Amino acid sequence: MDKSTIATVHPDMPARRYPGPQGKRPRKALSGRNIMLYGALGLAALYYLLPLYVMVVTSLKGMPEIRVGNIFSPPLEITFEPWVKAWAQACTGLNCDGLSRGFWNSVKIMVPSVIVSIAIASVNGYALANWRFKGADLFFTILIVGAFIPYQVMIYPIVIVLRELGLYGTLTGLIVVHSIFGMPILTLLFRNYFVSLPEELFKAARIDGAGFWQIYFRIMLPMALPIFVVAMILQVTGIWNDFLFGVVFTRPENYPMTVQLNNIVNSVQGVKEYNVNMAATLLTGAVPLFVYFVSGRLFVRGIAAGAVKG
Amino acid sequence: MTDIPVTSPATKARRPNRLFRNLNSKVASIPMIVTSVVIFLGGTLWTVVYSFTSSKLLPRLNFVGIDQYERLWATPRWLVSIQNLATYGILSLIFSLVIGFVLAALMDQKIRFENTFRTIFLYPFALSFIVTGLVWQWILNPEFGVQSVVRSLGWTSFTFDPLYNEDIVIYGILIAALWQGTGLVMCLMLAGLRGIDEDIWKAARVDGIPMWRTYLFIIIPMMRPVFVTTLVIIASGIVRIYDLVVAQTSGGPGIASDVPAKYVYDYMFFAQNLGQGFAASTMMLLAVAIVIVPWAYLEFGGRKRG
Repeated sequence: MDKSTIATVHPDMPARRYPGPQGKRPRKALSGRNIMLYGALGLAALYYLLPLYVMVVTSLKGMPEIRVGNIFSPPLEITFEPWVKAWAQACTGLNCDGLSRGFWNSVKIMVPSVIVSIAIASVNGYALANWRFKGADLFFTILIVGAFIPYQVMIYPIVIVLRELGLYGTLTGLIVVHSIFGMPILTLLFRNYFVSLPEELFKAARIDGAGFWQIYFRIMLPMALPIFVVAMILQVTGIWNDFLFGVVFTRPENYPMTVQLNNIVNSVQGVKEYNVNMAATLLTGAVPLFVYFVSGRLFVRGIAAGAVKG
Repeated sequence: MTDIPVTSPATKARRPNRLFRNLNSKVASIPMIVTSVVIFLGGTLWTVVYSFTSSKLLPRLNFVGIDQYERLWATPRWLVSIQNLATYGILSLIFSLVIGFVLAALMDQKIRFENTFRTIFLYPFALSFIVTGLVWQWILNPEFGVQSVVRSLGWTSFTFDPLYNEDIVIYGILIAALWQGTGLVMCLMLAGLRGIDEDIWKAARVDGIPMWRTYLFIIIPMMRPVFVTTLVIIASGIVRIYDLVVAQTSGGPGIASDVPAKYVYDYMFFAQNLGQGFAASTMMLLAVAIVIVPWAYLEFGGRKRG
């Protein structure tokens, strides 16, 4: 059947199971095609690596060297002073205790936000996948469509709600905001995962008399560990990199690292210390970069989860 | 629209306590329900309603019709930011799709070190817009950055100072944005390419179609859903652009690199002109709706029927 259709399309083609040479055709390593291919990829890689290189190199130079040299040249004398200064002495406004304050603020914001947002979203996703009630899909649709609404549209109403609750400007308030805006993507992630699990599993547990929470904690949670890791990667980098919510919903003493970094680098007073700025920038980027390099493929899976619908 | 009124009585027998069926699930979904209804739906409606008022320091319900919108579209700063968004948006869409696809196609040639290349192309995506903006601010610094390096090589009249030149500042931001975001597009495209049946390639090769034509006329049309998804992701990110501009130029020089999101923020939290901020953010919402509604209709409306 298969063969005959091919034969009618291409009458002069040989039979498909042609007993030809086995294995890959040997290819010259330095063919023109390969030079083009790897050349193009290499050039692109250079473009992507350049800023990281410039950051590192600049942060290891002293200011006199920066003033005379060019930004791409490696440091003649390596100094770690800019790093120390960025961490412990750089000034934002009146505070001169460096980025360390922002770092700890970010940690204080990130850890509870990640836990709360993932806890809520995983239970939501589980309810949507296995315990659907009337109207659940409607709420879910609003949630997903809401993910595309620009934040600027919803910021002020949230400010008012938080103010009414007495949470505006507090850490709790910011945690609530992160949980709200992380919900669409995380709920989608968990719902799709739980939907993909075999239904028999859920039914068997039901027959055995397990209830909503029992099935969640004893069956779904242990099975969903990989997706929890993906969600964590997503949230850790997302919340660490957030700027807008940090500016709007916290007071200056609670500013996260990104906000403080921006204030340090873009402050108009004082002499610009580019090496300190770059060290501070690297320090701020270090956490998500660390997560990225450690998590590898899971990171890709996390960002693809937002894009590829299940 | 159906003309025939539905007169048949409800056939389902209603249980007395429907609200309490599946109660745990409903309780567990309260955060989702509150978020979607109160924040996403309610908040959006609230902003739209208050954009028709003359709220200044505090939101007040004294309606003034479309005054705020008229004022908005007469404000040069808003026009600049819309223009910037349009330029940035169109170029960013084109370049990220083209660069992302070309990189993905190169990566799909059964190359060695694929993981290394992917790691390199994607790492900027892990960094925040603030970090991205500050790095490129430094690289594009005319005194020390690319311009001075090229000049020191002998080409002394070379000028490339996008962040200090009103006319091209938006391209400086575009360069940084592309550096940060194309890795993601590449990843999505690569996933799309990997999803294409190997037999298509074999058939094209048998028919003697050159590779570039196979990509252009067979593979890309087949990847339509991937392109659409990517487009929606990029587009909704474009409308939101804020942090990058704040970090890289703070909207400057002057107001030359202003964008709508920054306009909204400044009017809401600094100029204490809430009405303007609400009107501007409603326009942002409209911009997103133009992209999202047709997509959502095709995507979800189609699936329900299918």
